[in-house]
Amino acid sequence: MPAQTEQSVVTCWNCGKTPEEVHFCANCESLQPPVSDYFSYLGVPRKLSIDRAKLEKNFYMLSRRLHPDVYFRRPVRERQFSVDATALLNDAYRTLKDPVTRVEYLLGLYGIKKREESSAGAPPELLEEVFELNMALEEIRHGDASVRPQLEAAKAKFEGMLAEADRQMEELFGESDRSSERRVLEQINGVLQRRKYIQNLLRDVNEAVTSD
Amino acid sequence: MSGLFQIDFGGQQGKDLIVGIDLGTTNSLVAYMDDVRPKIIADVGGENIVPSMVAMNEAGEIVAGQPAMEVLLRSPRNAVYSVKRLMGRGLDDVVDELVLYPFQVAEGSESVIRLYVGDRILTPSEISAQVLKRLKHLAEEHFQQPVTKAVITVPAYFNDAQRQATKDAGRLAGLEVLRLVNEPTAAALAYGLDKRKQGIIAVYDLGGGTFDISILKLHEGIFEVLATNGDTHLGGDDIDNLLIQIALEDVATEWGEDISGDAAAVEGLRRAVIEAKHRLSFYREAEIQFSWQGRHYNRVMDRQLFEQLIAPVIQRTLDPCGQAVTDAKIDVKDIDEVVLVGGSTRIPLVRETVQVMFQKKPHTELNPEEVVALGAAVQAGILSGVHTDMLLLDVTPLSLGIETMGGVVSKLVHRNSTIPASATEVFTTAVDGQKNVLIHVVQGEREMAPDCRSLARFDLKDIPPQPAGMARIEVRFLIDANGILNVTARDLHSGKEQSVDVKPSYGLTDEQVEAMISESIDQAEADFAKRQLAEARVDADAILAATEKARQHEAWQELSAEERREIGKAERALQNALGAGDHVAVREHIEKLNQATMRLAERMMTVAVQTAAANPKLTES
Repeated sequence: MPAQTEQSVVTCWNCGKTPEEVHFCANCESLQPPVSDYFSYLGVPRKLSIDRAKLEKNFYMLSRRLHPDVYFRRPVRERQFSVDATALLNDAYRTLKDPVTRVEYLLGLYGIKKREESSAGAPPELLEEVFELNMALEEIRHGDASVRPQLEAAKAKFEGMLAEADRQMEELFGESDRSSERRVLEQINGVLQRRKYIQNLLRDVNEAVTSD
Repeated sequence: MSGLFQIDFGGQQGKDLIVGIDLGTTNSLVAYMDDVRPKIIADVGGENIVPSMVAMNEAGEIVAGQPAMEVLLRSPRNAVYSVKRLMGRGLDDVVDELVLYPFQVAEGSESVIRLYVGDRILTPSEISAQVLKRLKHLAEEHFQQPVTKAVITVPAYFNDAQRQATKDAGRLAGLEVLRLVNEPTAAALAYGLDKRKQGIIAVYDLGGGTFDISILKLHEGIFEVLATNGDTHLGGDDIDNLLIQIALEDVATEWGEDISGDAAAVEGLRRAVIEAKHRLSFYREAEIQFSWQGRHYNRVMDRQLFEQLIAPVIQRTLDPCGQAVTDAKIDVKDIDEVVLVGGSTRIPLVRETVQVMFQKKPHTELNPEEVVALGAAVQAGILSGVHTDMLLLDVTPLSLGIETMGGVVSKLVHRNSTIPASATEVFTTAVDGQKNVLIHVVQGEREMAPDCRSLARFDLKDIPPQPAGMARIEVRFLIDANGILNVTARDLHSGKEQSVDVKPSYGLTDEQVEAMISESIDQAEADFAKRQLAEARVDADAILAATEKARQHEAWQELSAEERREIGKAERALQNALGAGDHVAVREHIEKLNQATMRLAERMMTVAVQTAAANPKLTES
């Protein structure tokens, strides 16, 4: 994180007082260099279940206060902070808005590495399914439309599995937020990886179904 | 709270004068914020629109706007238009469509296109700068004070190079470009000024050369772009080209002659089909009327045939629309309003297509040709602190990535990310003592670098020598609020700023733009000299003609032989000076001839007065 070193600065760059708020100096209202934790940046608790309405409200509120457009007539230094602060705000909002990127980010904060889906291969219970699907995909790519119903069925099935993974994740989010146990986070990581795998399958099926 | 943030700094008094400019493919406009409403600035003749054309006139001056349009009709080889399609592009990108334009491309156009305008060679940025100068001049006439700051609009789907080329054009025109705003977003700003407070709107913008679709979420003065898509090579020009093709074939059959190689003829035909196209938006049928060297071509085209012809062009807008809706993560039925922007949306088939696509009757209240400039003025108002309640949150239209091993693209910032957006990557060295790391940055959605748009190569220089893999250079990619990439790097070991050398793949380097600015000052002197000569020539011709005529006058007989010889000598000297083309010498010899003919002129005057006195009626006639 680029701002780690600057984060230890506890006095306002402009007036020297200690800012009480994250973004602005309470004394002179000057914009401060950005902090780097997305959750505290957006003023929401570090939890996986997030209040979307509150997140959006805070994003809009902070955009109004941080955006470069409102710093045009301020000193160069503050203008640069504004660009950096807004870039970070946008990156944070984008990350936290989506449940998958949110959990990946949180896992990162706890030092849990995202598992690469390619290294793991198919989840065991899907092995047979995937094998047959790949055959069907091969056939439709060679112009054999008779496998279309099979692909449509697979598509419906994967969509159901994706929804199920999302539900599981929601549940685990709740559990994790209550217990904050590392074990739960590892479990979430597993679901995440499975979800990614299903999503990729779904993408391949969609491409094959729509491209002919 | 917001009041505190609007305090002026540096003793700056009052509001900044910032104009909003729509730099269009076909037409350009300039607008400003008049207290609460944006207004278009018209020229003395009351004309709002400045044609985006640049030409070299007969006096050798570069002209823009209406005067350039006149040159185009007289001598198409000396004029250029639609250069927006060439901004930030290389020859390979546009080689197909250049066939349809009468442009002459100069040597060395691989990474930046260079066009002949008369005998000058200019890049699209320099040509656009001429249009911007014309608009700047209009604004200065209006305000009676210098105008140096502007917000300029660009198609939302413009890539980094195209945006940079537009910014360069502004600099070359002597304008500080405070912000590049996406055209559909600008339109939404103009439109949403006094409309709904909440909701989702789609802006469909089909202009002369570009197509954009943007989907925005409105929330109490915040305009959040959810997704944007488009095609920077799709617009009214494509429709014109279809009609020209048909007319050329007709003419070849009817006249037994192929005129497609004759630039002036094709230009005449282009104007004829454009006129017919405009009429077809209001009437069931229109006639293409074209005359060339005493021959005539007339063809009635009805709307049905017209629509059949253009349907494929209009269809091409649908895929980007669908993609934008998907990327916005909404359903078509979530869209509350649809706004039409751009001259081509006057075409009934476009309106019908949009209505079917979005299941909504599109808004057409605002003039589709003015709404973008008005929105640019609103953004200018936001920057100068007039509109403190409004804020625009735009997105980057294309994903940004770097080329990795085997040409695979690693995406750093995904398309439709709100800007400013940033990403950081840590780079290291592959061999012992390696001093440079080269990063190839691309824009686009494809997996492989050669399928994406090469943006620039960044050279991390002067890395301290160390074993392979030990160096840790953190590179920060920042897409600013203009949608333009900024790259900074630092050495994580020393914490020091790492120097980065930028080699843009398309477009001009900073140094080239600087050189052009100083050159344009030299050029301005050359232009000035040319104009001086042209003006002196007019005066010289007048006095030579008057002297010649005076030889028939009775006063000539009153001059001495010496005086007549002096006049003859001064005439010859002036003619020689004209031949040499030095305006200072021409002026000098005009003055000498003036002196030599002084007594002659006096005598002529006396005769005239006497005649008038003798015959008062003459003065009345």
